[in-house]
Parts: sequence; structure tokens; C-alpha cells
Amino acid sequence: MSDAPSPAADSTDSNAADAERKRVITASLTLGGAVGITALSFGLAAVSAGANVWQACALSFFTFTGASQFSAMSVVGAGGSVGAAFGGAALLAVRNFVYGLALAGRLTNDERGRKLPLLHRLVAAQFVIDETTAMSTAQPQLRLARTAFWVTALSLFVTWNLGTLIGALAGSFLDTQALGFDAAFPAAFAAMLPPHLRTRRGRLAAVTGAIVVVALTPFMPIGIPILVAVVGVLFGVRP
Amino acid sequence: MSMSSGQLWLLVIVLSVTAYALKVLGFVIVGSRTPPPLVERCLALIPASLLAALVAKDTFTSAQDFVVDARAAGLVVALIAVWRRAPFIVVVVAAMAATALVRRFA
Repeated sequence: MSDAPSPAADSTDSNAADAERKRVITASLTLGGAVGITALSFGLAAVSAGANVWQACALSFFTFTGASQFSAMSVVGAGGSVGAAFGGAALLAVRNFVYGLALAGRLTNDERGRKLPLLHRLVAAQFVIDETTAMSTAQPQLRLARTAFWVTALSLFVTWNLGTLIGALAGSFLDTQALGFDAAFPAAFAAMLPPHLRTRRGRLAAVTGAIVVVALTPFMPIGIPILVAVVGVLFGVRP
Repeated sequence: MSMSSGQLWLLVIVLSVTAYALKVLGFVIVGSRTPPPLVERCLALIPASLLAALVAKDTFTSAQDFVVDARAAGLVVALIAVWRRAPFIVVVVAAMAATALVRRFA
């Protein structure tokens, strides 16, 4: 920054900042729309697994982390226990803890570095998920990071819950078996996988997880092989 | 399905509390700190292991049996769609359609 920016340069700067801000908001809203479609399939899948409309909606509202919700319903659909359904879903939710660490410095303080009120931080925490982390950490500027986080959070929260409701309502009127809704689960998990397969370790962990499940399913209660499959993380031990 | 509505509500509540607690633990309580590299590397691999495990379970098992049925056709179509970078909804609908068609005609 020069000492005395000319008015023209100043307005160009603020125009550029406005354009950048608009770009971030548009990207965040677009992501919200795309996630709404995913929510439709969650609603359908949850109902086909045996949940009712309210239970599907409560999961999307309160749990609000897609992979865990799909995982829990997948084990329920297979006839697993509450503990087994919970275990796999909770393990998948651990990544939101890691995201929280990455986001904390950028989003828990105000512009002058003072801690935001506790209530603000507790509300923001509910929205610490894959998409908000990706959108927010992609912004080098603190203000834009905050805009990206909140616009993504709110648009996602609306579309995720609305999509779940519509999907669950539709699912409760349809013959879910004949229409192949059970196939929505593996397809959804396969669609979530690619970002985790970029490293060699990730691919080894994935192959291990799949082999463990197929090998152990006949010998363990339903859903438990999913928990054992987490041994794939041991590929992270060696640097 | 074998789980009662009461058990499902229990699952919804316990999972929601746990998911929120994990978010608060990282974002509010521990705050901006980096975990030891070993822990970080292992935690980063949880989704790869579990998502692949869930794909295998939902395609090739039924209760405690290993099975290859119409869902395998759905998975093949889903993997092609993922490989071609199709949007999420295309992956899911294509897999559902393939499974339904094989069930109907095979």
C-alpha cells in the first residue's frame, strides 16, 4: 500500500474487493444448492433404511454432518445395533474435530484478535464441516474466510434440511426396494471417496477398509466390521 | 428392519450430541493448535478407510452374508460415474437405476 492512495486507485481496490466478495458468495451459494441434492438422496436413503421422516430430519438438523448420517443409516438398514451404527458414524465425525483446529484461529477472533463471544463460537461450531472448511480455508484474507464460512454454513444448513425433508417425504410414498434406493448408499459413499484417495496412504487405507469388511462380515455382528476397518489408519504411522 | 423407533431416536440423539461435542472440542475448546504429525496423519485416513468399508458393506454384504447381487451392477455404474467426475446426484441416480433395472430384468 502506498502512503496516499489516489481516489481512483482506492475505488479500483474497493471494486476489486467487492468483486472478490461477490465471487466468494456466489461460490458458497452454488455449493449450498449442490448439497441440497445430496440431502434429497439422504432423505430417501434414510427412509429406505427404516427411519421415519422426523428421524431423518432430526439427523440433518442436529447431527449435520453428511458422511456420518449416511453411515449410521447404512448400518441401521443392514439390521445393525445402535452401538454399531453409532460407532462408525462417530469415527467419521472425528474429522470435524480436526477441521475445528484448522478453523479456530481464523474464525473465533474478531478483526482485532479478540475472542468472539462464547455463544457466537458455540453456534459457529455446529457448522464446522467438510464444505465450510474447504470454502473458508481457500480464502487467504481473513474477512473473506469469514464470509465464505458463514454464507456456506447458512446456505448449506437450509438446503441440507430442506432436501432431507423432501427426500424423506418422497421416500415414504415409494417402493424403495424396487426403485433401487438401497443402491444409493454405496453410490453416495463412492462419490465421497475421491478426495481421500489422492495420496498413496489414502488408497492403501481404503483398500484395507474394504477388504476388512468383506473378510469379517460373516464372523461379526452387523456393523462391527466397519469399526474394525478403521485399522486402515495405521498406514499413517510411518512418516 | 430390526431397530425399533425408540432405538432409532436414541441413535439420533447420541450421535447428534457426539457430533456437536467433537465440533466444539476442536473449534472452541482446543482451538488453533496442530496435533502431533503422527496423530494428524492417522486421523486424516479415517474417511478413506471407513468410506471404502461402507462401499464394500453396502454392495457385497447382506446381514452377515457375502453376496453379489443387483447392487454390484449399481456400484460398477457408480464407479464409472465417479471416475468421469459426474456430479453427486448423477452418481447416485445412475447407481439406483442400474440396480433397479437388474432387479427387474435379471
